[in-house]
Amino acid sequence: MPLIVVEDLVKTFRVAERRPGAWGALAGVVRRRHRTVTALDGVSFSIEEGELVGYIGPNGAGKSTTVKILSGILVPDSGRVEVMGRTPWQHRVATVRRLGVVFGQRTQLWWDLPVVESFELLRDIYRVPAADYRRNRDELVDRLDLAALLDTPVRQLSLGQRMRCDLAAALLHGPTILYLDEPTIGLDAANKLAVRDFLRAINRERGVTIILTTHDMDDIEALSNRLLVIDRGRLFLDGTVGDLRARVTSERRLIVDLERQDDAVVDPDAELVRRDGGRVWLRFDPACVPAAELIARVTARHAVRDLYVENPPIEEIVARLYGETGA
Amino acid sequence: MRPYRAMLSARFRLLLQYRAAAIAGFGTQLFWGLIRVMIFTAFYRSTTAPVPMSLEETVTYVWLGQALLLLMPWNWDGEIAQAIRTGNVAYELVRPADLYWLWFARGVAMRTAPALLRAVPMFVMAVAFLGMGLPPTWGAAAAFAVSIAATVLLSAAITTLLVISLFWTISGDGIVRLVAGAVMLFSGLIVPLPLFPDWAQPVLNALPFRGIGDVPFRLYMGHIPAAEAPRLVAQQLAWTAAIVLVGRFALDRARRRLVVQGG
Amino acid sequence: MSGIRLYLRYVGVSMRSQMQYRASFVMLVLGNIVTNGIEIIGIAVLFSRFRSLGVWRFEEVAFLYGIVNVAFAIAEGAGRGFDMFSRTVRTGDFDRMLLRPRGTALQVGASEMQLMRLGRLLQGLVVLVWAAGALGIEWTAPRLVLVAFAIAGGACLFIGLFVAQATLSFWTTETLELLNILTYGGTETAQYPLSIYRGWFRRFFTFVVPLACISYFPALAILGREGPGLGATWFGWVAPAIGVLFLVATLRLWRFGVRHYRSTGS
Repeated sequence: MPLIVVEDLVKTFRVAERRPGAWGALAGVVRRRHRTVTALDGVSFSIEEGELVGYIGPNGAGKSTTVKILSGILVPDSGRVEVMGRTPWQHRVATVRRLGVVFGQRTQLWWDLPVVESFELLRDIYRVPAADYRRNRDELVDRLDLAALLDTPVRQLSLGQRMRCDLAAALLHGPTILYLDEPTIGLDAANKLAVRDFLRAINRERGVTIILTTHDMDDIEALSNRLLVIDRGRLFLDGTVGDLRARVTSERRLIVDLERQDDAVVDPDAELVRRDGGRVWLRFDPACVPAAELIARVTARHAVRDLYVENPPIEEIVARLYGETGA
Repeated sequence: MRPYRAMLSARFRLLLQYRAAAIAGFGTQLFWGLIRVMIFTAFYRSTTAPVPMSLEETVTYVWLGQALLLLMPWNWDGEIAQAIRTGNVAYELVRPADLYWLWFARGVAMRTAPALLRAVPMFVMAVAFLGMGLPPTWGAAAAFAVSIAATVLLSAAITTLLVISLFWTISGDGIVRLVAGAVMLFSGLIVPLPLFPDWAQPVLNALPFRGIGDVPFRLYMGHIPAAEAPRLVAQQLAWTAAIVLVGRFALDRARRRLVVQGG
Repeated sequence: MSGIRLYLRYVGVSMRSQMQYRASFVMLVLGNIVTNGIEIIGIAVLFSRFRSLGVWRFEEVAFLYGIVNVAFAIAEGAGRGFDMFSRTVRTGDFDRMLLRPRGTALQVGASEMQLMRLGRLLQGLVVLVWAAGALGIEWTAPRLVLVAFAIAGGACLFIGLFVAQATLSFWTTETLELLNILTYGGTETAQYPLSIYRGWFRRFFTFVVPLACISYFPALAILGREGPGLGATWFGWVAPAIGVLFLVATLRLWRFGVRHYRSTGS
């Protein structure tokens, strides 16, 4: 029996239309016109206990709408959802009690209070028994290296420190499911690694089911094997990261900062995708030419100040996924 | 043509936004005035003894207070207060331009514009429907106009002094409320000053706050004859000058302290 | 931890964090006392000039004043979360509240607690106690209970008004400052005996926003007077219950508002 079942989920929003021009503004005061935006258009998937699932898609694709429905905040137009055997929006309190949620861009901790006081308030809100609380807290503090931060007011923490505290806060009550919305956004490399290691550990050792929403493909590659790709309200892929790569492309990007701004880079195995002053973006297929070889060729023929290799952005992958041309 | 239309419509939309807040403020004051008129009416009906001001005059006094409420020194300039709290004001202080008069001018400007916007519709409504009277003579109207101008200056002086006090206090919110309380009570906004006990009148006349409400209001009604106006306006201006001097002195001290401490 | 204990926990935390800035806290309370205290000074001035307000003496009006101000101070301090609610929704903090296994009204109510309102509470209490002594009546147990009941009913009514204001913000993004007429204006109105106001005014504050039920009618009952129309003295003894019912009704509305929010997601 899967932990989370979603069947034909549909959700639309009515958005008030802003009419252009002065007449429009005046008319808008009298009567608002609305248009309907379809956020979710028949989404179906299921998740077993203990999975670590990446949930990706461009902005506005419907990711946060899905998470809100799964947590019981939002009521859908139609469709069946079962989380831990219950319909989330009909049993908000019972569902939410076994849920942990972390938003990358907004902390749930109390701004003026020391971290440990936020933790204690959460213990009281979730009614965690004292012994369980102490055990969880000590383990989380240890794993996330928070001991030195406990007495610091949240407003004095750096972004990385705050994110680690938010992670701990979300797990104090021992939830079964953890939703993370852009947890590594804005973090430096060291903190990103710390977060990823932590998530992997609690998934493997504690069996916490994790749904991770992110724009960072490296997060996905490091953590999850299962991937849900959504765009404009529809699921386009439900499979592994390997499936995605195979489905779209194996290509990678080489970004080069040239010494001379007007230098033209031409290579048989590389395609110029974009140019901005002295920086060029090149597309290549590692199956045709290994990255090291391409780099060697480019640096041999041009004066290069700096370069790096990256995967194509997720938007482009998804755009490719249903046939639109990428940038 | 397009960009101008776009700018116009954006400006229009902004005005509509502010309109909602302005209507709310107007409505609140209308309500307030109505209650106070009803209360005073009930008090007047309860006595046959002679009262220093008639009911009609009291009603006019109340509506004048509501119409010109925004002229009074309730609070300070939020921007300046913020600059002082964060320390950014240091940049302003080291410039050679005269900061005090800059702040004073801001105080004047930030009161007159919104006050006018509130006063005009309130005047119209109160005179037409709510029992407010008009000045009995042209002399009274002129005296009122001059006195109100002095009120603006006095009010700006008090506001500027208040904000300068921030250099010394940590959170100024308490001080603002204390001064606001004194202003409300001693300007006649809560109870018209002539209705205060006879023994209190000399005390009230000695305070600067009567220049913020009581003096111009009573000149308007002719309760104080226009002939007295020059003396009273001179008093208003004298208080203004005194407070300006204190303010300038205080600002100078603050500047010197900052320079010595190295910002 | 039960709802009430959790609320008190929030209050304790909030108090500690506000008391941290002790100097400015004292100033704020002092300032609050002054801004509110000038009201009773004004009333005293008027009574010294006019001697009476209809059949009401100064001590009697001061008594009304005390009840209303203590009740409103409690509501101001406790209901601030609802007063600030439109900001809570905008920042996404309300979604966070929906993610916690607790009632939303409890969380919103607990989210802010303004200690400075102690100023109004203190001066209201002082006036109330003085007036109770100056009235020259015998303070039997039932009378004392009625005073407490009136204050409690008043606090409920005013908090209910804040809840109504917050609920409306689920539908409109404009800040509903006009409702301040009912809370702050209402306090001003209820400080004086209802009999001095005009008909439509009186009816509004008896039936629509029942301020009279938590101040005027209980006071009549304590003073042993008959009032206009509904003023049969027995009514004064139960009238504060209407304040409590008002809060219950607005909390119903609140739930309706939350349901709307959860369907439209805006």
